[in-house]
Amino acid sequence: MILLRLALKSLLSRMVTVSLTIFAIALSVALFLGVEKLRTGAKASFADTISGTDLIVGARSGGVQLLLYSVFRVGNATNNVTWQSYQDIANRPEVNWSVPLSLGDSHRGFRVLGTTPEFFERYKYRGGRSVDFADGAAFADLFDAVVGADVAAKLDYQLGDSIVVSHGVASFTEHDDKPFRISGVLEKTGTPVDRTVFVSLEAIEAIHIDWQGGGRSQNTISAEDVRAMTLTPKAVTAAMIGTNTRLQIFRLQRWINDYAQEPLLAILPGVALSELWSLIGVAETALIAVSVMVVITALLGMAAMIFAGLNERRREMALLRAIGARPWTILLLLTTEAALMSLTAVALGMGLLYTGLWLARARIDAAFGLYIEITPPSPREWLVLCCVIFAGILVSLLPAVRAYFLSLADGMQVKH
Amino acid sequence: MKAAIDLKDVAFTWQGRTQFTLTVPNLEVAEGEKLFLLGQSGSGKSTLLSLICGITQPQRGAVVVDGVNLGTLRPSARDRLRAERIGVIFQMFNLLPYASPLENILLQLSFAPERRKRLGNAQDEALRLTAALGLDDQLVLHAQTTELSIGQQQRVAAARALIGRPKLIVADEPTSSLDANSQAAFLDLLMQQAEEAGATLLMVSHDARLAASFDRTLDLAEIATTKRHTS
Repeated sequence: MILLRLALKSLLSRMVTVSLTIFAIALSVALFLGVEKLRTGAKASFADTISGTDLIVGARSGGVQLLLYSVFRVGNATNNVTWQSYQDIANRPEVNWSVPLSLGDSHRGFRVLGTTPEFFERYKYRGGRSVDFADGAAFADLFDAVVGADVAAKLDYQLGDSIVVSHGVASFTEHDDKPFRISGVLEKTGTPVDRTVFVSLEAIEAIHIDWQGGGRSQNTISAEDVRAMTLTPKAVTAAMIGTNTRLQIFRLQRWINDYAQEPLLAILPGVALSELWSLIGVAETALIAVSVMVVITALLGMAAMIFAGLNERRREMALLRAIGARPWTILLLLTTEAALMSLTAVALGMGLLYTGLWLARARIDAAFGLYIEITPPSPREWLVLCCVIFAGILVSLLPAVRAYFLSLADGMQVKH
Repeated sequence: MKAAIDLKDVAFTWQGRTQFTLTVPNLEVAEGEKLFLLGQSGSGKSTLLSLICGITQPQRGAVVVDGVNLGTLRPSARDRLRAERIGVIFQMFNLLPYASPLENILLQLSFAPERRKRLGNAQDEALRLTAALGLDDQLVLHAQTTELSIGQQQRVAAARALIGRPKLIVADEPTSSLDANSQAAFLDLLMQQAEEAGATLLMVSHDARLAASFDRTLDLAEIATTKRHTS
């Protein structure tokens, strides 16, 4: 008890160096916990990119690839799913709902997705949240388009603006004969939806109706004439499926994967997402490694500070020895000081982190669509915090052991 | 009558860049005696005091303090014996700068539970001692240790050495940092309080003028021999 008071008083008497050291450790702790929160937040956000969809169906390829192009709009489909196959699946008794997805065109760097208005009801993210309209509504007219939040922000689009879809993902050919009118702008979701231009499935068919083999044919059909035509698509790129009960998911998945007329693939989005995350996991490990090193650096800084103070404290230690302190007491005094500093630093670090999170949360969500929950430290984080305090005591053993031997050698009086 | 300090045939060699050997054939200090040890710097007085306080152990011979042969004790027991039975005053740097004067005095008791047991209220006893040594209560209670003059610091150190009535007070040049006037005053108060506490007083100094009021004076050069040789 007396040791604790002595340690406290001694630390208070060296306010400036001690508080700088504590602040360095506190910052490193806040950084570490911050990275931890961001990491779990990013992971949760990522896993929550799509929810409520039981299966994603596409042409047979890899599960991750299907997920990448159908949900993340990265890469291209190797093949399409014929409209007939899609109808066969959609009419299965297990299927509660299905939303077709037709990809392939783009608008100024953003992918264009042909789908049905049901998409906006069925697409869920972050544990069941639906996509809301910031402005306007889903497409009512054939040439209506809905844009995601990033598209609207980047290209400064308003309701009613006219846009033109380009053919393919990176081409200079434009479907400029059939311009679209923006009928709706979506709220920020933090998912690939933000970077997508949505049009109806029929519109995709309409803009390609006078195209043959990748080029525009001689007999052009005007935007007016096309409205009178039947616009049933011949194929779709993928489809989102919801089943009646969860138990039917695997039966339906097997049925689709065994579909004889066409090689198809049905995946569970959650499984494919975690597969994909495990690929990104390396960056995660690197982040943790860096923040661990920052913590270690700060703790070594503390050890260096204690070391530096050792020489001028030799008299103090000799005095303590003279009035009856054991060399062990000296060692304990120094480690107690380190423990107090680490403890204060951890508490301060947590304070910094939570204040920072509280201040920045809304901004992070708006800017990156990364929703960070403010939760008390997880058992894992508590463990890390205890490790920091323990490591602080451990590194302080270096100067403390030196002090132990110095006080043995010095005895009651410091010679020089 | 039991001796407060009894050194027999003691030899201590300090191994360093230079080898230093101190031999004390015989030194006996009676209980309650006030002994003045005259020693120039480099005469081995610090080493002798370290041996008596049980901080260092001789390679040969026996150091007996208050009837206990220090050589038979484990290091922790020697530290405990020093805390319980000896009060130490140095020439300077007697106090922890970050603790208050009162805390500095009471700190001695936290290493010596038996000394504490002898006291009713430790703070009252500390204030009684400092008052007897001529320090104002307000100063002891509220001043910063670093604000005290050297004379005041030495008085606080004396109070710390005396609190809880230890058997032996060891003072190493306690007055050398004081001016001539305060030297005598400090010494008088110290001796008076040591007597009141029934403690043996062993003081080492290079200043022979201070010897007058002591029971006995010994020249360190006569009782101890030192040898220095570079290896």
